[in-house]
Amino acid sequence: MDFFIIAISAIFVNNIVLSQFLGICPFLGVSNKVETSIGMSGAVTFVIALSTLITWLLQKYVLVPLNITFMQTISFILVIAALVQMVEIILKKISPALYQALGVFLPLITTNCAVLGVAILVQQKNYDLMHSMVFSVAIGLGYGLAIVLFASLREEMELANVPKEMKGIPIALVTAGILAMAFMGFSGMV
Amino acid sequence: MSQLSNLTRGIIKENPTFVLLLGMCPTLATTSSALNGMGMGAATLFVLALSNVAISLVASQIPSKVRIPAYIVIIATFVTMVDLLMQAYVPALYATLGIFIPLIVVNCIVLGRAEAFASKSGVLASLLDGIGMGLGFTLSLTVLGAVREFLGSWSIFGHKLVGTDGMLVFILAPGAFIVLGYLMVLFNRINKKK
Amino acid sequence: MAKESSFKNMVLTLLVISFFAAAALAGVYLVTLAPIGAAKAAKINEAIQKVVPTFDNNPGEEVYKMAVDGDTLRLYPARKGGKLVGTAIETFTNKGFAGHFTLMVGLMPDGTIKSVEVLAHKETPGLGDKMEKSKSNFSVQFEGKNPKTFKMMVKKDGGDVDAITASTITSRAFTDAVNRAYEAYMKGGKQ
Repeated sequence: MDFFIIAISAIFVNNIVLSQFLGICPFLGVSNKVETSIGMSGAVTFVIALSTLITWLLQKYVLVPLNITFMQTISFILVIAALVQMVEIILKKISPALYQALGVFLPLITTNCAVLGVAILVQQKNYDLMHSMVFSVAIGLGYGLAIVLFASLREEMELANVPKEMKGIPIALVTAGILAMAFMGFSGMV
Repeated sequence: MSQLSNLTRGIIKENPTFVLLLGMCPTLATTSSALNGMGMGAATLFVLALSNVAISLVASQIPSKVRIPAYIVIIATFVTMVDLLMQAYVPALYATLGIFIPLIVVNCIVLGRAEAFASKSGVLASLLDGIGMGLGFTLSLTVLGAVREFLGSWSIFGHKLVGTDGMLVFILAPGAFIVLGYLMVLFNRINKKK
Repeated sequence: MAKESSFKNMVLTLLVISFFAAAALAGVYLVTLAPIGAAKAAKINEAIQKVVPTFDNNPGEEVYKMAVDGDTLRLYPARKGGKLVGTAIETFTNKGFAGHFTLMVGLMPDGTIKSVEVLAHKETPGLGDKMEKSKSNFSVQFEGKNPKTFKMMVKKDGGDVDAITASTITSRAFTDAVNRAYEAYMKGGKQ
C-alpha cells in the first residue's frame, strides 16, 4: 500500500518536472514532438531506475562503510555517465532508428538533473532498496507523463496564433506553468 | 577578443539563462525569493570560475575520448567543496537550496563552458569567462527571484512591505515557469534594442 | 593539443584526476568537519531553548535515542539544579504534504506540551508553512495541553486540534509528529 502511495505521489502530486523542477532542460528541448518525447522518457526512465539501483548499492556498501560519503557527488555522477554511455551503445545496436531520433539528447541524459536528483533524493529520504526502486520507476513514469502531455500541447500550439515575441520558449514556459497549475490539483489525492 | 569582453559577455549578450537557455532547473527551483536566487547564483559562480581555471590548466593533458568524464570529476570536486563549505558556514542558505547544490555538477552552464571555452583558452580568459557567466546567471536568478518574491509575498529581499500574503501562485511551481517566460520576452526586447 | 587517446593514457588520466580530487576533498572535508558539527549543534540547541523551561545543564550532552516507527527520536533532557524541568524531543512525521518534516517538541516532566518548534520542512509556502510559529498561531494551540485530555487529532477526524485552513494534511502530519514524541516519552522517557 505504501508503494502505491509513493508511486501516486511521485507521478502526480510531486511530479518531478512540474513540481520538483528536475529534468527541465530536456523537457523544454525535446518536447516539440510527441513521438520523440515518448522515446526520450523511456530512455530516461531506464537510466533513472538503473542508476538509482547502482548508486544505492554504492552508497550502502562502499561510501558509508569506508566513511567517504563526501565522495557521493563525484561517484554518483560517474556511475550515471558510464550508464548513459552503455545505454547509447546498446540502443545503437537494438534500435538504430530511436538512436538517430534522440540524437544529441541521448548523451545529454547524463546532465539531466532528474537522474542525479533522484539518486540523491532516495538517500535523503532514507529509502530502502525496494522503496527506492518503486520511487525511481514512478518518477520516470511521471516524467514521461509530463513530457508527453507537454509535447502534445506544443504540437497544438504550432497551429495557434502566438505573438511573435512569445514564440518558442516563452510561450512554452507559460504553458508549462499552466500545466503545473493543473497538476497542483492532484494535491488532495494522497 | 579582449579579456574584458570575456568577462562582460556572460552578463547580458550571452546571458546563460535568457540567451543560452542553460541551467533551467535551478533557475526555476531556487528563485522563490531574491536572496535564494542570489545564493544559488553565487555558489554556481564559485564552481564556474574554479572549474574553468582548473580545466583550462589541464585540458591539454587529457586524452580527447575521456575529456567529458574528466571534466565532470573536476567540476564535481568543486561542487562538493562548495557543498561542504556552505554546510559549515551558511547552514540556513544550504538548507533552503537543498538538493540543488550538488546538482550544480549537472548544470549545463558549467560543463558547457568547460567544453566550449575553458578547454581551448588560456587561464585568465577562462577565469574571466567563468566569472562573467556566473555573474550573468546570478543576475538572472536574482531578478527572477525578486519578481516572484515581490508578487508572491509582497516582500523584497526578505523585508515584508505589506502584512498580507501575496499572490501565492508566484512562489509556487506555476509562477516560476510563467514569470520566467515573461521575463524572457522582456529581456529579448531590451537586448534587441541595443 | 590533447594527448593521444590510447587506453593506457585514458585510464591513467582518470586515475590521476580522481586521486587529486579525492585528496582535495578529503582535505576540505576534514577542515569543515568541526564547523559543520558546530552549526548542527547550534541549530539543535537553539530549538531546545525555545521549547523547554530555563535549564542549566547541557541537554546535547545528555541526549538519548529511541527507535520509533522505523526511525530514531532524540530526547534532550533539560535540568535545572539537577532536577528535570523538561525534555526536548526531536520528532518527525512522514505524512506531510511534501513528505518528511521534523519538529522539536518540548514536554514538561509529566508529559504536558510546553511548546513546539518546526525544525525543517518542505511544506507549501502560504499553506502548510503556516505551522511555523512566525506565520500563524497554529502551533500555539498545543501549548499547555496534555494529550491525556487533549485529543491529538484534527477536528475533522474527531479530535481537538484546530487545523490550518486548507492545509489539513500538514496539520494532521504535525499532530502525528507531536503525538509520536509524546508517546515515546511516556513509554520510555527518563526522569
